[in-house]
Amino acid sequence: MPASRRRSRRVPAALLIPALLGLAFLVLPLAGLLIRAPWGTLPERLAEPSVLAALRLSLLTATLATVLCLLLGVPLAWLLARVEFRGRRLVRALVTVPLVLPPVVGGVALLLVFGRRGIVGQWLDSAFGITLPFTTAGVVLAEAFVALPFLVIAVEGALRGADARYEEAAATLGAGRWTTFTHVTLPLVAPGIAAGAVLCWARALGEFGATITFAGNFPGRTQTMPLAVYLALERDVEAAIVLSLILLAVSVTILAALRDRWVGSAS
Amino acid sequence: MRLRGIVVVAVLLLTGCGGGQDNAPAGGTGSAAPAGAELTGQLTVFAAASLTESFDRIGQEMQARNPQLFITFNYGGSSGLATQINEGAPADVFAAASPATMATVADRGNTASAPVVFARNQLVIAVAKGNPKKITGLSDLTRPELKVALCAKEVPCGAAATTALAGVTLTPVTLEQDVKAALAKVKLGEVDAALVYRTDARASASDVDGVEFPESATAINDYPIAVLKDAPNPAAAESFIAYVRAEGLAVLTDAGFQAP
Repeated sequence: MPASRRRSRRVPAALLIPALLGLAFLVLPLAGLLIRAPWGTLPERLAEPSVLAALRLSLLTATLATVLCLLLGVPLAWLLARVEFRGRRLVRALVTVPLVLPPVVGGVALLLVFGRRGIVGQWLDSAFGITLPFTTAGVVLAEAFVALPFLVIAVEGALRGADARYEEAAATLGAGRWTTFTHVTLPLVAPGIAAGAVLCWARALGEFGATITFAGNFPGRTQTMPLAVYLALERDVEAAIVLSLILLAVSVTILAALRDRWVGSAS
Repeated sequence: MRLRGIVVVAVLLLTGCGGGQDNAPAGGTGSAAPAGAELTGQLTVFAAASLTESFDRIGQEMQARNPQLFITFNYGGSSGLATQINEGAPADVFAAASPATMATVADRGNTASAPVVFARNQLVIAVAKGNPKKITGLSDLTRPELKVALCAKEVPCGAAATTALAGVTLTPVTLEQDVKAALAKVKLGEVDAALVYRTDARASASDVDGVEFPESATAINDYPIAVLKDAPNPAAAESFIAYVRAEGLAVLTDAGFQAP
């Protein structure tokens, strides 16, 4: 213990300086928002119905996208972590593609599949009369597409870190695979799932490119906060700053609160 | 190898800068692009998305006459470009799709020359090739089974659409950020119609048809152009504007713009 404490006190400048520069690089733009914010007119700007509509829609769609990601992502992560199959590495690579894919490309791809002329969308339209672009459901889909990898990676990591002997013990005691999963595995990796869900939610909240490409931009229906920020920039920089501030405040609050609660045990 | 590369770059930079300064008076005084004085250096033009095809052609022509001049275009929604300029983006020329947008730059004292109108544009209804939904005018767009895209009213094509639609109650499915995005939704078949500029419909004539409608006469957009205050290459900027207004006019009218 004393050794490590001494080590933490003598930080080499070669590490400390770039570390502080890195921190400043991340924090300064946020400070810029705070400095340029029109504090005087903030209350009335916040009370604008269009702002509230965009915020409400953002919170709703990000939450629905997270639910969708949990339903699809947890089983997918389990498959990747617990089942040996041919092509697993390829599947894992494919799952993480949306992480590095420009979101606009994701939006175009979604349009080509779920659009009115898309492979799946065409059938949805003719069979059920459902078209996803320009709908709130389309926003949820776009957000889920870019956010799902965050959940899968987090849950898969938790599953790999979890002690498989508990599952084996449950199996030897006669539990089926489903019972083992729901009664042993899920409680075991619950913190990992929660952390993944928070990341997923935050990513969904900030989604812009895929949303504007796939779901379009209509106030109250598909115009989420990031889209409102982009459009506000066209006419009034201060309005864009105010909207950005709200998004920043919501993200930081949720991330800080939930991170400490779920994955804060390390600190 | 690497050293040679650095030397080449350095020489290019030196000659580029020196040449630009030498030519400054010649380029600045000429009303049309002077044939003798060759323009050099970098020229950055911020232009409304609807000017993409025309300015690309004009840029190629001008570059062919001035091999030492490198023109870079930044196309986008006019209002977004105006914001970028007001926030200090390094640009020489700004061509906007509406005087109101140009005013947001000029009023802040960010233009070096008085904006001049160099072209006009009119709205049409862009529909899928062959017009399968038989759209003949604005009133058709209110049919409930049709999906319509408009530009957001914050950008010039949306402001023009709002004026043209006065008295017509229309609920679009999306309010796009610029005219090209609205047109793309028609090309993809996601909407049945969009109000776009005649020039955009014409540039995409292989994918869409443009349906003219009389109300668009009430919403003609003037396109102003100006040299910017902090232009790094003001001589080339003025020559570019002169070129657009003289030789460029043929390119613009060919694309569907009207002369000012």
